[in-house]
Amino acid sequence: MAVAATGSGGVGLMERDHILHLVRTAIGRSVGQVPEEPPTVLLRGQQMPLEERIRKFGEALEKLGGKLHVAASHSDAKHYVAALVAGKRAVASGASVLLECQITELPEVQAGPWTLETLRQACASADVGITGADYGLADTGSLVLFATTDEPRMISLLPPVHVAMLRKERLLASLDDLFLEVPDLAERSSSVVIITGPSRTADIEQILVRGVHGPGQIHVVLV
Amino acid sequence: METSVLVQIQRVLENPKLQDAIYSSTARLMEKRRAAIPPELEQEFQRWREQAHQIKKHTLENLDHYLELLEKRVTERGGHVIFARDGGQVADFILELAKRHGAHLVVKSKSMTTEEIHLTKRLEQAGFESVETDLGEYIVQLANERPSHIVAPALHKTRYDIAELFHQRLGVEPDPEPEHQTQIARRTLREKFLQADIGITGANFVIAETGSIVIVENEGNARLSTTLPPIHVAIAGIEKVIPRLADLAVFLKLLGRSATGQPLTVYTSILTGPRRNNELDGPRQFYLILLDNGRTRVLADRTRRQSLYCIRCGACLNHCPVYRKIGGHSYPWVYSGPIGAVITPQFQGLDEAGWLPFASSLCGACGEVCPVKIDLPQLLLDLRYDAVKAKIRENKNRWERLSFRLWAAVMKRPKLYELVSTALGLIDTEETNGWLRRVPGIFALGPLKAWLQYRDFPPPPPQSFRQLWRLRPPAREALD
Repeated sequence: MAVAATGSGGVGLMERDHILHLVRTAIGRSVGQVPEEPPTVLLRGQQMPLEERIRKFGEALEKLGGKLHVAASHSDAKHYVAALVAGKRAVASGASVLLECQITELPEVQAGPWTLETLRQACASADVGITGADYGLADTGSLVLFATTDEPRMISLLPPVHVAMLRKERLLASLDDLFLEVPDLAERSSSVVIITGPSRTADIEQILVRGVHGPGQIHVVLV
Repeated sequence: METSVLVQIQRVLENPKLQDAIYSSTARLMEKRRAAIPPELEQEFQRWREQAHQIKKHTLENLDHYLELLEKRVTERGGHVIFARDGGQVADFILELAKRHGAHLVVKSKSMTTEEIHLTKRLEQAGFESVETDLGEYIVQLANERPSHIVAPALHKTRYDIAELFHQRLGVEPDPEPEHQTQIARRTLREKFLQADIGITGANFVIAETGSIVIVENEGNARLSTTLPPIHVAIAGIEKVIPRLADLAVFLKLLGRSATGQPLTVYTSILTGPRRNNELDGPRQFYLILLDNGRTRVLADRTRRQSLYCIRCGACLNHCPVYRKIGGHSYPWVYSGPIGAVITPQFQGLDEAGWLPFASSLCGACGEVCPVKIDLPQLLLDLRYDAVKAKIRENKNRWERLSFRLWAAVMKRPKLYELVSTALGLIDTEETNGWLRRVPGIFALGPLKAWLQYRDFPPPPPQSFRQLWRLRPPAREALD
């Protein structure tokens, strides 16, 4: 349903119909006319061995100011994260990869179940947010996160440090591969975010500063 | 051209600090773009540009279909679509919504569409607090100015300007370190985010097939604006729609590289409706306002329709020799540079902005860098044609007509031509290194005077072509 632009239902709907009428008049189409086929989608997947994907991902991430740790095992991943959060307050999501690595058992880590309010408070005061990542993109060093109950939006956003744990087999070659691999992206979650490096700005004299509103540091643990 | 515009341009040209700020920032942006499109990517990049151009063309040619599909999909996801004719209707809707939910504080992330309709001012006048959260926009809002660049709103400010501004408006010690300034903004704005009732954003792309909006940013303020407040309102021009999710890939790869030289910006958020049942956070309500505000008028012209392909990367500004001298504030509307010179006259009429298409050297750089291949130089010429035609219609070209008549009269009469050129040769140019800076009093009027105010005319040669011709050695007999 279209909603009123002026507060009274009738006027809003009239506005909608009026604007659609203006559009049709401008382009010379009639109501319900079937459109021509859009141009063929341009997506190119890349075949790339895992080692090369890991190497490229690490290079791209480091160039952006992030850090990659390739974990030899679940316990190695746990130790790496433990060192990162030592003496700090950390918030962790309920992603399955975190549970497998027993991240939530670390003494510094606060984990769910959350209500919206407890989550908000925890994230607003935490030093580190630990999340899973649904995919990684090798050529740009990007992480892809689908928001769910277990993987809320705030954990990767509010704390100044973001630690993301990514399964090796979820490391794709490029952005095009993401759209080929997950064509129903928008079905999966109301919020899909592609994170490419730490939050940054160059709004003052085009000088790079990290950590504006989002995390200024990113660590990716490849499991 | 308005005198106020000339005064503003003069002010920019005479301010060396401002000249330096604009010139060096745009130079850095050009350099970053160049580095992001290395030679080995060039061919692929050109393919993306062509594809993006074709997608935009197709979408606008079938826009009513895609708008209806979009509306259907957003609604299926539990969101609401509002069509608004102008800024007044957008503000009315938001104020009504705010009242209904007892909202006081609005956080805004950077959006040119909301700048276009002065949304912040409208909300503030109605008694709401509306805070810009993009660092550059925040600086510009504190200074009570308007953005001077599509991508870098505070491009005209130096870090020393900002130190002084923060000192005065936020009561902090003056600190010219961008790192510290950013932290001050982060702390101040984080409080606002946590208390905000409504988050307002723009949208870089709107996807018809899925009902998603896509926001591209580097700082995280758009993510905060769409995560913390319980209500999210996105405002997009009707031209922002693209057909399919998969089309997004091409646009993302073009936008980041063209705007800031990044293969991908830090955050690309693909948002589809409000928070779902299996999600913990995110807004409970989602409204998408689709704005006309003159776009359907531009749409009607087959050639100029391509002005609506623009994805607001700012590359044409950075590469424009005119923008780089006069800066964004010299342009009459929020859209500056070549794209501003092309869309402002179409949105606001030639009376207001007819001079803009002439503020170009037609060097063609804007057309070469445009990621969606808008033929900006051709559109500038097209609009010039219109502006001149309007002048002729309104009989406002008297000076021009008179001077061309005079010119024709002289050119048609060899004796008169010789007399005039001899007279011009007599003008004393000795004190000015031979260049003509002034003309004798009686000729110093109208366009000639204005022209000479900023330019010198090259000196006449000691002997005219006709004199040389007469002095040439007698022609040899034809070779036979």
